[in-house]
Amino acid sequence: MSTGSAHTEIAIHRSGAQRMGFFTDTTVCIGCKACEVACKQWNDLPADGSVPGKGASYDYTGDLSASTWRHVRFVELLEPSPQLREEAQRALESGGGNKFPAIPASGAIDLVDAAQAGDGAADVAEAVSKMGDWVFMSDVCKHCTNAGCLDACPTGALIRTEHQTVVLQPDVCNGCGYCVPACPFGVVDRDPQDGRAGKCTLCYDRLEDGLEPACAKSCPTDSIQFGPHEELVEIASRRVARLHERGIEGAYLYGAGDEPDEQLAGGLGAFFLLTEPPELYGLPAQADSPVQENVVPATLAAVGAGLLASAGAVIAFVAAGRLSRRRPVRESW
Amino acid sequence: MAEAHPVGFRWVMKAKERGARVIHIDPRYSRTSQLADTYVAIRAGTDVAFLGGIIRHVLETESYFRDYVIQYTNASTIINEQFRDTEELDGLFSGFNPDTGLYDRSSWMYEGGEVASAAGVREHSTESFNERTGAGMMMGNVERDETLQHPRCVFQILRRHFSRYTPEMVERICGVSREDFMAVADALITNSGRERTGMFCYANGWTQHVEAVQMIRTAAILQLLLGNVGRPGGGIMALRGHASIQGSTDVPTLYDLLPGYLSMPRAREGHLTLEDYIDTGGADRGWWSFFDTYIISPLKAWFGDAATKQSDYGFAHIPKLTGNHSHYATMLRALDGGVDGFFVMGQNPAVGSAHSGLQRRALAKMKWLVVRDMAEIETATFWRNSPEVQSGELRPEEIQTEVFLMPAASHIEKEGTFTNTQRLVQFRDKALDPPGDARSELWFMHHLAKRVKAHYAGSDRDRDWPIVNLKWGYPEHGEMREPDVEAVLKEINGYEVASGRPLSSFTELRSDGTTACGCWIYSGIYEAGVNQARRRRPGDIAAEGGTVSPEWAWAWPANRRILYNRASADPQGKPWSERKRYVWWDEEQGRWTGYDVPDFPADKRPDYRPEPDARAMDAIGGADPFMMMADGRAWLYTPSGLLDGPLPTFYEPVESPVKNLLYPKVGTDPATIRWKRPENPLHATGDPRYPVVATTFRLTEHHTAGGMSRSVPWLVELQPEMFAEIDPQLAADRGIENGGWMTIVTERAEIEARAKVTDRLRPLRVEGCVVHQLGLPWHWGYSGLSRGDTTNDLGVLTADPNVSIQETKSFTCDVRAGRRHRASTARLAGAALRGHDVEPSEDDPLAENPKEASE
Repeated sequence: MSTGSAHTEIAIHRSGAQRMGFFTDTTVCIGCKACEVACKQWNDLPADGSVPGKGASYDYTGDLSASTWRHVRFVELLEPSPQLREEAQRALESGGGNKFPAIPASGAIDLVDAAQAGDGAADVAEAVSKMGDWVFMSDVCKHCTNAGCLDACPTGALIRTEHQTVVLQPDVCNGCGYCVPACPFGVVDRDPQDGRAGKCTLCYDRLEDGLEPACAKSCPTDSIQFGPHEELVEIASRRVARLHERGIEGAYLYGAGDEPDEQLAGGLGAFFLLTEPPELYGLPAQADSPVQENVVPATLAAVGAGLLASAGAVIAFVAAGRLSRRRPVRESW
Repeated sequence: MAEAHPVGFRWVMKAKERGARVIHIDPRYSRTSQLADTYVAIRAGTDVAFLGGIIRHVLETESYFRDYVIQYTNASTIINEQFRDTEELDGLFSGFNPDTGLYDRSSWMYEGGEVASAAGVREHSTESFNERTGAGMMMGNVERDETLQHPRCVFQILRRHFSRYTPEMVERICGVSREDFMAVADALITNSGRERTGMFCYANGWTQHVEAVQMIRTAAILQLLLGNVGRPGGGIMALRGHASIQGSTDVPTLYDLLPGYLSMPRAREGHLTLEDYIDTGGADRGWWSFFDTYIISPLKAWFGDAATKQSDYGFAHIPKLTGNHSHYATMLRALDGGVDGFFVMGQNPAVGSAHSGLQRRALAKMKWLVVRDMAEIETATFWRNSPEVQSGELRPEEIQTEVFLMPAASHIEKEGTFTNTQRLVQFRDKALDPPGDARSELWFMHHLAKRVKAHYAGSDRDRDWPIVNLKWGYPEHGEMREPDVEAVLKEINGYEVASGRPLSSFTELRSDGTTACGCWIYSGIYEAGVNQARRRRPGDIAAEGGTVSPEWAWAWPANRRILYNRASADPQGKPWSERKRYVWWDEEQGRWTGYDVPDFPADKRPDYRPEPDARAMDAIGGADPFMMMADGRAWLYTPSGLLDGPLPTFYEPVESPVKNLLYPKVGTDPATIRWKRPENPLHATGDPRYPVVATTFRLTEHHTAGGMSRSVPWLVELQPEMFAEIDPQLAADRGIENGGWMTIVTERAEIEARAKVTDRLRPLRVEGCVVHQLGLPWHWGYSGLSRGDTTNDLGVLTADPNVSIQETKSFTCDVRAGRRHRASTARLAGAALRGHDVEPSEDDPLAENPKEASE
């Protein structure tokens, strides 16, 4: 896969170095959070407290931040409101049509109702059986091919490594914060204490010593896989095909295997296998760097939105094109 | 399992990838449920009814593995005429004595013989120190009816016993719909038989009930009926509550066992000399006929040159049991001022034991207390910040207990082994030195023993004999004088006394004092002087049978990965199916062979039939895979070994909101240990003040009573506060809001928690009424970085009669909105502080028979 970085990037070059990345397979994530702890321990990141009021979720982390570089998101599927529960019950009792309005996602995911893009109805039995269900997903910096943060950084603190990963050098960062809104995924954040930005380095120091990143090392089910990007994409696409064979047709890759003009931020170094619409995981359906070189038309709309805020605002251009339906992966590669 | 055993769950996920179907049955929807193919919500504590329903279904639909059942289980064995089933006696088996609450088990025996349980005489005292019931060695020959038609054969008894456990009854008792029940039953049946196998995994959701042993027995009966024992992909996996709990029962920290599952001798006739002990403890048929070598070899290891035939190998000097000395019995004794001191190592009873308020009050009655831990846990700080101190009930200046807090090394700061549920013993090296004064358990016990020995050196008093003669020669190394862990392993493995040569197997053990061995089942772990548990060779996993990986660490016994694996072949010694081939008879070589080490005498022909008067292993036929049992069969029906019945019977939990539909006259298990004391009030069945069922659980983010996790900021931020999971209907009814405070109340205590109002708990419809269940994590206490109320304050002390485990997975309570208004355990302040006015515990053997126990 071509990963040609922009000429403006400050980059480390080393001959023979490959693009390295993460493949995070949400279908085998058990929500144990070992990756979160291993990341903080290896990178000596502080415990920065818990986010209260996350509903009945076990997710007290909330979001990625300057001191949280892996975050296991607990996606509470179809946790119904009392009103919708009543409607569901009525629908079940009347037996009328076996349909009722889809139950919106609740909890921390402050995004538009994912189901709005659908036909506005869901199978009652399925919805009821899914009440309280979870999907677990370990979120991390995407190490974008077209990295908005890197483009926006005026100091050269953010660099492209020989592994095509994006690393922030805290000793160079001056805390300007331009990288924060430039990230379409809401990954980069500033430390509230010293103002400097912080994010996943894909364990650059461990890679230098031939070790895999701490999160991947600690993952008990290999939900997080680390390796040469090209190999990971191959593994991931085989995995999607196998899931389709097993009837999990909603499985698709997020951030890899797209047509060139549909790539998220030019393709993600850390990509995901998802089974639900991206918004349910707090991921944007469309993600471009505001100043990337291979600008696609839809990106123009994103500039304003992207500057407004982080992931929450990204949803503003959901309507613009790419969508929140489950996208089957293409078999051509 | 995903929730509490995430690393082990890796293999469940791998199995799932390979097509295994995963079913999760739990009162509460957890991370495990999310990852299972099927989740079934069940009322806490009704597992015997659920599994009994499946047993009935399997029998009625004739879905059992007939050849396996007839050949390998005691289904065909005839039971004597005196036996009466619970179906005949309204929920009681024959032999019940209402005055003592105990069973006389003589009527449970096989026709034509008495039988010993697998590990000798297993009965131990319950509330009092009861007499033996006559369960002993197998005498004579049992009678069998291989047509399974005889009305008194085990198969027919089993059928009648479970005949009323219909899907309808399961629905009314467990709150599981008929459809869900049938789906589980069908999945089990479909995945059993010649071509397929199914496995049960259980954890503390089964073990922490007064019916714990019988729940697991019910699963065992089902697995035997389905032919899922001794075969690859079968079995029952006991997921333990803590790393290496399996190891700590093998080389036990339990009061009633000696290493290798030998029963602890008792202070009474028949156990006072070695010969008597061997006579009553061993069996004269089956593998236990080698019992003498298993007890003499450890005596030789412990007492060295002093262990001679003349000194009876020092047997007279090892402690003899006088009654129930399990944790709860001991703590009640302490509460009455009967325990001077206490070592707490890797445990936190002030938070982790049931009825924690009572535990803490008992700690305050001791003279000294040694706590070894990595953090200053609640058990070490009870004297200054427990709820009892907060309420003023206990005053630090009046507590006499002297607390010694000793810093402990973590598992990465010491070397040693972990034994997992598969009996796989895995050695781990030390990664780094422990900080400061922290030391390994081995260091602590070693240096303590040396000091104790030095103190008694030269004493010629008879009672000091075991300390003076204790063989203690472990070499030390390094600046910290850490004892050599492999020297300990070598002793556990066993060695030839004269040469010091490590033994290769327990078959080398002798009863004449020429061999020493710390734990017979571990013999072979140090074969040829090599630490076999340290091996890390997975082998060619892709090869046929390659996943057995016999050179990955070491499993007891004799590196066998599946116990009773002779059952993986049919009576003629051929695999039941090619797909499930594992161990088989090789006629050409005249030996058993296969992917695993055969768990059977290697050259015993499948067609060998014992003579009627055969003894020891000669009495085990070539088609009798269960060679630890005197009759070579797996027991659907257990004539001896259990105190509360030869078959599992559904009893309601000790505290239950509903009556027992199957056995309304008895209700709860009559054999349960109930410590009736003013400080231990029990909720009556259906007490309207306590209508909610509570069940405790663990979170991935925390470990047991929090000593290892509530002291770690990275873990604390992931689960920062005590909470309770409550269903939306009950929450609405009580005005409890998601994220708001709620209080949980029992007669023992009231605790507060943040409410998690969630569909992960669903109200269940049970016999026409709705039962609400509450999920309570039990990780919090009053010390550490994250503090919160202690769930175990709520619990009551009751116990299973076989193993003295408490019932924390099901008890009744009530909930209300808001915070508690007083210290959590204040309501028992009066009762618990009566001190010497308290009547002696019914359990206390000293009280009951002072002469017997006095020196």
